[in-house]
This record gives sequence, C-alpha cells and structure tokens, in this order.
Amino acid sequence: MKFDTPATNNPIDQLKVVGKPTNRIDGPLKTTGTAPYAYERHDVVPNQAYGYVVGSAIAKGKIDSIDLKEAKAAPGVLAVVTAASAEMLGKGDFNTAKLLGGPEIQHYHQAIALVVAESFEQARAAAALVRVQYTRAKGNFDLATSLDGAVKPPAVFGTEPDSRFGDFDAAFASAPVKLDARYTTPDHSHAMMEPHASIASWDGDRLTLWTSNQMIAWSAGDVAKTLGIAKDKVRLVSPYIGGGFGGKLFVRSDAILAALGAKAAGRPVKVALPRPLMINNTTHRPATIQRIRLGATTDGKLTAIGHESWSGDLKGGGPETAVGQTRLLYAAPNRMTAMRLAVLDLPEGNAMRAPGEAPGLMALEIAIDEMAEKLGMDPVAFRVLNDTQVDPEKPERPFSQRRLNECLSIGAEKFGWKDRNPKPGLARDGRWLVGTGVAAAFRNNINEKSAARVRLDRNGLVIVETDMTDIGTGSYTIIAQTAAEMLGVPLTQVEVRLGDSLFPVSAGSGGQWGANSSTAGVYAACAQLRTAIVEKLGLDPADAVFEKGRVRLGGKSVALAKAAGGGEIVAEDLMEYGDLAQRFQQSTFGAHFVEAAVDAATGEIRIRRMLAVCAAGRILNPKAARSQVIGAMTMGAGAALMEELAVDKRFGFFVNHDLAGYEVPVHADIPSQEVIFLDEVDPTTSPMKAKGVGELGICGVAAAVANAVYHATGIRVRNYPVTLDKLLDKLPDVA
Amino acid sequence: MKSFTYERVDTPAAATAAFARTPGARFIAGGTNLLDLMKLEIETPGHLIDVSRIGLDRIEPTSDGGIRIGAMVRNTDLAADAQIRRDYGLVSRALVAGASGQLRNKATTAGNLLQRTRCPYFYDTNQPCNKRKPGSGCAAIGGFSRIHAIVGASDACIATHPSDMAVAMQALDAAVETIDTAGKTRRIALADFYRAPANTPHLETVLAPGELITAVTLPKPVGGTHIYHKVRDRASYAFALISVGAVVQRDGRGHVAIGGVGYKPWRIKAADAELPRGAKAATAALLAGAKTTHENAYKLPLVERTLASVLAQAKG
Ligand SMILES: Cc1cc2nc3c(=O)[nH]c(=O)nc-3n(C[C@H](O)[C@H](O)[C@H](O)COP(=O)(O)OP(=O)(O)OC[C@H]3O[C@@H](n4cnc5c(N)ncnc54)[C@H](O)[C@@H]3O)c2cc1C
Ligand code: SF4
Repeated sequence: MKFDTPATNNPIDQLKVVGKPTNRIDGPLKTTGTAPYAYERHDVVPNQAYGYVVGSAIAKGKIDSIDLKEAKAAPGVLAVVTAASAEMLGKGDFNTAKLLGGPEIQHYHQAIALVVAESFEQARAAAALVRVQYTRAKGNFDLATSLDGAVKPPAVFGTEPDSRFGDFDAAFASAPVKLDARYTTPDHSHAMMEPHASIASWDGDRLTLWTSNQMIAWSAGDVAKTLGIAKDKVRLVSPYIGGGFGGKLFVRSDAILAALGAKAAGRPVKVALPRPLMINNTTHRPATIQRIRLGATTDGKLTAIGHESWSGDLKGGGPETAVGQTRLLYAAPNRMTAMRLAVLDLPEGNAMRAPGEAPGLMALEIAIDEMAEKLGMDPVAFRVLNDTQVDPEKPERPFSQRRLNECLSIGAEKFGWKDRNPKPGLARDGRWLVGTGVAAAFRNNINEKSAARVRLDRNGLVIVETDMTDIGTGSYTIIAQTAAEMLGVPLTQVEVRLGDSLFPVSAGSGGQWGANSSTAGVYAACAQLRTAIVEKLGLDPADAVFEKGRVRLGGKSVALAKAAGGGEIVAEDLMEYGDLAQRFQQSTFGAHFVEAAVDAATGEIRIRRMLAVCAAGRILNPKAARSQVIGAMTMGAGAALMEELAVDKRFGFFVNHDLAGYEVPVHADIPSQEVIFLDEVDPTTSPMKAKGVGELGICGVAAAVANAVYHATGIRVRNYPVTLDKLLDKLPDVA
Repeated sequence: MKSFTYERVDTPAAATAAFARTPGARFIAGGTNLLDLMKLEIETPGHLIDVSRIGLDRIEPTSDGGIRIGAMVRNTDLAADAQIRRDYGLVSRALVAGASGQLRNKATTAGNLLQRTRCPYFYDTNQPCNKRKPGSGCAAIGGFSRIHAIVGASDACIATHPSDMAVAMQALDAAVETIDTAGKTRRIALADFYRAPANTPHLETVLAPGELITAVTLPKPVGGTHIYHKVRDRASYAFALISVGAVVQRDGRGHVAIGGVGYKPWRIKAADAELPRGAKAATAALLAGAKTTHENAYKLPLVERTLASVLAQAKG
C-alpha cells in the first residue's frame, strides 16, 4: 500500500481499541521475569558454551603480539578467537570501527579476542590470561582542543551540515538585542538495563543469532557483510529487548564474536558484554560544543538565529546533528546553522535517544531562556511570540500540525506558571532555593516503510508477524491494538510475533518512527486480509464491517473462525510513503515544565516536579505513551544533572565505565511527573494518523531543568551536567 | 575471577586458624565488596574463609557504658537498632545514607570499614594504579579526579575511603577490636586504624595479615544533635562527594568528621575545638594543608558550606 494522500476516514478511526489506555500484552511476562531475553535462551539450542570478550587496553596503536598459550591451556577453554584467526572479517555498513580489532587498534576496549569455555567463569578467568603487547600511538581525545581541525561532514540521513537563509551576519550585527553564548554537552551512555547479548548457533553454513537488537533487517545485513556470508544465511531473533535507546540499532561485537566463537568451538556460544565493556566497546552519544547567536527586536521578535555545533568521532564517523531543530523551531528571517566534525580516537559515537535534538535543545532552550531574560519577557510568552507555522527555511512548506503554542500555554496553566516571580534567586523554602523552568520540545517525525504478515487461523485467532522490535516501548501492544481494530476482534484474539528476520521487514525501532510506521505496515496487511476474507466469502469488500469477531455485509454475518474454516487466510503487505513528508513538515512538539530546588549551602539540586505537554499525532496507547514520556523525562533529568562520560584525555577512554561511576537517575531523583497529550490526529503521516513520542519526551527536558536551576539561583550554567561544583562559588554566602 | 577454594568457619578462633593454614586467604563477610573486586581480578585470593556465621552478630553494652557492635552485625540491623538510633543516631543516619536496602542487608560492620576505594582507575586493570599494583603509577593524578582526596593523599595515591558508616564512627570515637592468628586480641582506635597512602597505598589499615575484626566499640553516649549530611549528585544510591558527620551540643561544642576527602574519615581534634567559632574556623583546621586538583578543588568550599549548613541545622 502506498500512502501518498492524506488519510481520510478508515477503520482505525473507530477507536474501539486503538487510542485506549491499554496494559502491555507482554506485561505479565516482564513482571514475572519470564520474557525470554537473548542471554537466557537456554531453550533454543542445546550445548551452549560461553564466550568472554577481551577488550583492548589501549585507545590507539597496534597489537605487537598476542600470547594465547595460557588462555588456551586454562580449564574448560574450548577456543580463542582473534582477528588473526578470524580471517577476512568485514565491517558492517552501520559500524565505524571494526567489531574485532587487531592488529590495528581504533579505540579503547575495542574487542580483540573472544575466549570460549564450558562455563562463564572459566571463560572470564581465561580471558584474563590473554597476554597482549601493544605499541601505543598518539591519539586525539579532546574535542575542545580539536575545533580548528574540524571539517564540514557529509550529510547524515539527508540532513545537510550547513544551512543559510536570509542574511544572518547582517541581521545579527544590527540586532538591538543579542545573545552570543557557548554551551557544551558531554558524552552520554545509553546505560540500558540489558547488556548487548547474543547466542550464536551454526547449522552448516546457516547462522542463527538470538540477540538483542532494534533493527533486525539492517543488522542481519551487517552480520552477513561482516562475516562475508549471504544475508539469507543469517537469521536474527530478537523478540525482547531490555532497552536500547539507540545503542542496539547496530550489530555489536557480542553478535559477531558469538558467531565466530561458535564456529571455532563447533557448538553454540553465548556472549554478553559486561557493563564495563559496554561503555567503551559500543557506541555513545557524542559530546558537543555549541555556539548560539540570537538577535531580536526590542519587542521580542527574533530577527537572527545562528547555531553552530562541533562534535567528534572516529575517522569515517559522523557528527551529532545538534542544529537540526534550530532550522525549524522558531521564526526569524535570517538564519544560519553549521555542523563541524573533528576526528577523535574515542569509542565511536552514534545515535542515542533523539540524536541531534536532545543535545541541540539542551543548548538552544537555555539560549532562548537567556534571550527572554535579556528582553525582559516571560520565557513562555517569548516562545509563543516566535512561533512559526511554516518551515522557516522553506516558507512554502507548512507544518502538517504544529501546536507548540498550545503545549506551552496549557502547560503554563497546569503548572501554575503565572505565580512565578520573573526575577531569579528569590524563592526560598527553608534551606532550599526554588525555581521553575520551561523548555520547548521538538522532534521530527519520520516514516519508514514497514511490512507485516497477518494470518487468520481456523479458530479466528489473528496472528501478526513482522520483524518489528519492542524495546520496552510497547510495540507488541499497539500492533495488537491495530490488528484488533482493523479486524473487529478483541485484543485477546490477536497474537503478535516480532523480532525475527524470517518475518516481513518492518521499520524497526529507532528515531521514534517505530510506532506509526510499524502499525501502518500492520494496517496495510490487515486491509489486505480484510479483502481476502471477504473475497473468500464471495462478497464485495467495499462495504464489509468487521466487528465482534464477525464480518458483516448487508444482512449476512459470518464469524471470522468460520471464514477461515477451510484453512488459514494469510495476507502480507508493505506500507510505503509518497511525498507527503516533503510537502509538509511533520514534527512532534511539546513543552516541559520543571520545578527544582537547590540547597543554598551545598548546591545540591533536586527536582521537585516535572510536567510535559505533548502534541504528537494520535496517541495509539496513552498508557504506554505516558510511560515513554516519563521515562524520557527521567533520562532528560539525568542529562541535566548527572550523566557524563568522563574522558581521560591522556589515555583516551571513558573512565567511569560502570553504573557506580556513570550515574543515571534513581527514584529519589524523580518525585513527581505528569504528562498531558493534546488530542491530535495528523492525517499526513499514515492511516494511523500517529507520530512518535519516545524521543520527543527527552527533548528539551535538560534545558528546562537548567533553566529552573537558573531561576532558583540566578546562576547560569552552560556546561552540562549542571552539578553543584559549577554553582558553589556563586551561591549566597553561608554563615 | 581466579578460581578459589572456600570454607565456612563458625568461630573467630577457627577463622584465624584457617588463615594461618592458608596464608593469602581472605575473610569474606557480606561479600558485597570483595566479590565485585574478585570478578574484576582486582583481588585474587586463592582461598576464602567465610566469617559471616561466626557469631559476632550482637549489639551489647560495654562495661564503661558504651556499646559493642559485633563485626558481623548487618548494616540494616545496625541502622535499625533501637539503642543505636537513640544514643548513636549519627551511625544510623550514615548507614541509611549509604548503598541500597539490598546491599545493607548483606553488608557487615567489619566489611563496611574495610571496603575499598571507588577510584575508577582502581577498577580498570588496564590502568596504572599503585593501590592495585604497587609501583605501576597513579592514573588518577592528572586524570579524572573529581571524587578524589584533598587531604592526606600522597604522590602515589589520591584515593578516598568511601564508607559513610566509618565517618559516623570516627566522629563518635569508635575503636576496632581484633583477634590475630596467634589468638592475641587488641583494640585500635578508629583514628589510628587506616594507614596514610604514602608510598604504599596498597596497605590500607594497620591490621596484620589474618587479623580478624571482632567488634567495633563506641564510648558512652555523648548526647547532642546528630547530623549526617551526605552530598552527592544524585539523591540516593551514590557515594558521597563529601559528607559531614557531626555531633553538636547545645553550647556549640561538638565533634565532626568529614567523608570523601581523604583515605580515611577525616577528623582533626583541633577542628572540633574550633566548632563553636563556626564552620569557617573549623574547616580551616580540618583541611589545613589540603592539596586539590583542578577537578576536586570544589571540595574545599563544599566542606565549609556543608558544615555551616549542618551547624545551622543543629542550632535548629
Ligand atoms: C552498588 C554499591 C553501592 C554502595 N554504596 C555505598 C555507599 O553509598 N556508602 C557506603 O558506605 N558504602 C557503599 N557501598 C559499600 C558497602 O557498604 C560495602 O560493600 C559493604 O559495607 C562491605 O561489607 P561486606 O560485609 O559485604 O564486606 P565484604 O565484601 O565481605 O568484605 C570486605 C572486606 O572486608 C574484609 N573483612 C570482612 N569481614 C572481616 C573481618 N571480620 N575481619 C577482617 N576483615 C574482614 C574482607 O576480607 C574484604 O577485604 C556500596 C556497595 C555497592 C556494591
Ligand atoms: S588514586 Fe590510588 S586507587 Fe586511584 S589510581 Fe591512583 S593509586 Fe590507584
């Protein structure tokens, strides 16, 4: 099915199942600990051995020698894999560095060997006996000192590095009110709960990987490419994923090394990356340095917006696209954005929840707060004033839906914004300085083509198969809701099977495109199935009504089970997209409000309450969508207050590579969260009329927190995370 | 993890005797620190002597009106003990500010005192670390040192001791009771228990090999207001950046110990004497001669400001 004109009325609009707050259908499995995650697939193949990854001890240079004698002689050891033994290993399209390094070393903890043994403990103990001699090379590990050498990168997913509109330089120079400020965001780790983990099993030349991966088709392709085998010889199975946040969009060393280990040992091998390896072995969100220049008239109209961002990556990598949202968020006749990329020899950077927008808004939305203050305007009013209903760089292109101003005004109302004293540093509650902050949330909507197969079996059960993944987001449930709505059956009569490369290729989970795209694919397949059912009954599909487990047409009504009585009815289809996303700018919007308190003596910052108002098309499952948003708000709070991969600029690695050192919020950090979704449908996105919220939820949060800290203390921190050491010397004196 | 053998003993004497038979062995109590270190091969004992069931799990009065806390009393039980809460509230508050409920259920009094530093380089066996591998260097000096020591450190090591409980005990003049492999018992003031890093940061206490902690004693209750303020980036489940444990009397006199600044909970008697004059004077005495890095210099004002806040709270 091709979606190339805005959706009109369709069966989804009945909203009997879709749009209802629905418990996750996989919830009982999760809460009872019985959802089968990759590392725990003891059932799928017998005789599994354990692999343990050895990571490089240096960040850059080469291996002079690896002595495997002791490791091979250790108890229980079955095989040791190194780059030397795994000849001709390729590199996947989505990887920057090799997943098995050597002799050249590209980053710290790059995998250089896998030790396979009978037990996990034996593999781990033997891995410590792999003796490696290195020659270190000088590396470049410091973004701040690399700005001069940074270059203009190629376009990323169609996003050009630079944009210009009007005459920014002249407009900025002549603007009566100006801001020119520099902001930094640090490297972030996805820090998802489930580590990267895979079990590999070979059957002749066919490989099966039970793994934890967000993008099945991409990754099956990259496994094949890396191992130099045909894609149809690779099967990936990933039905449950304990969090990914972009860290599992790609194949990582657990999968490749499990495959190589299984080949070498001649039996199935499982590999999980231990936490300390995850941080330097896999990808992270790259640090940025951003310069923002804003010019405005004295009455608060922005006349010039400039946003530049520098980030680093390994050679061949890409930039953090932190200026993307600035091209679209606020009106101004003169604009410029630019991204520059430095070569760094740190582990490879890549996507993490709302790549680009998350760090971009961390800077931009502080800048907007600063500008509002310079203008003597309320930060909500300033944003509302500078709204645009068209793409500011292509004014002929309207937004398909844009209700940012409503998000801001409804949020302000609910949050009690009007009681706020505009002057910072004045509200006190005992030893706490209290402040509130606001930020806009913005994340683009992306549609990806997505296919599904739907079967109606003889019992009237509807079975959906697609290689879509559920990374804890609730894909199972919204897909079941979609099929139930389309075929007029209760949720209990739908079975959803996901995450298997044998199933039709879906959009996968990333870029918050999963919900709308994958359900649209299921919609297309269900539409086909409706036709097939009706045709089977010899009726005209156009006026058929599917409800209560029956198909009704004119006076006739047949139970679905009966329709399939002669044998299962199967349909498969792919949803593809025309040019609606070019004709309309499709984005999601929100507003975040935060109240924070700062201990006047110690500078400790504690969030008191958070509110998000989101406008993101049809909300398919308000319960799961809320979970997505509060989770994202929590992650945003982490970015604001604590998350930072500490770079050792001498040795070139992230030092705090465990969850004791890399802090993410705990319950005590997040006392109260509220989420409001505006009632919205966007007929330009798909027949589902939905968009995504999983990434929107994090966008702007950190800036809202930073703005609240400013309002509480009068201290502006432009370098994240906002920690007490950055406040101390400016806090009021203590006796 | 290196493979190891394991035995469980049921008396203190059996524990030290087992050590005498297997030099290089380690005692294991709750295991919440030792096992993590063994998994990373930061500690590689060939033999473990499980002391978690040797008795020593009682909290009882001492003849001089103080209290004796068995070495194997769990952190949870100690924090919840009625007498501890009444007379030594600082201990209780410090404990519940640390780790998590699950960890405190396992962690013991002795194990808590002997937990090792949280310096991230200590945890990465690829990095130079004099504490882990004597003579290899100290990666934290010149590296990521935001959580490191500002007092008592050496050119060989700038690690801090991470315990919260020990800060409270230091402020309350605790002593450690031990028994050695020859069956000899002794009593060591907590103030003398930890060794300065000097050139041997791998030697952390004055305990002899195989010397078993049997109890921690606290002197007669001193009354006063007990405040433990642990400063950290996240609200729970994080080690202290710094902490202040103070017992303040109505007249402004009192005791104070600081966590997160040195290789041991930092207590300077001269600083106690300055307390009535306020945080500035007391901190000046506490942190005299402090040596900071670019990344941990904030701890100087932070200690003073936190202490000021604690003293203000104590006044009520
Ligand atoms: C995730 C995490 C967070 C934590 N957060 C905090 C925190 O915020 N604040 C804090 O203070 N602590 C914290 N801790 C540390 C925790 O308090 C310690 O791990 C615990 O107190 C150690 O006690 P244990 O009985 O488990 O010791 P073990 O691990 O069993 O032993 C520790 C050491 O003591 C030795 N030992 C044990 N008993 C004796 C004895 N009787 N005589 C001689 N030697 C002995 C062992 O040989 C070993 O060297 C945290 C730990 C973890 C894992
Ligand atoms: S500070 Fe101490 S523990 Fe840390 S690296 Fe240096 S020597 Fe090792």
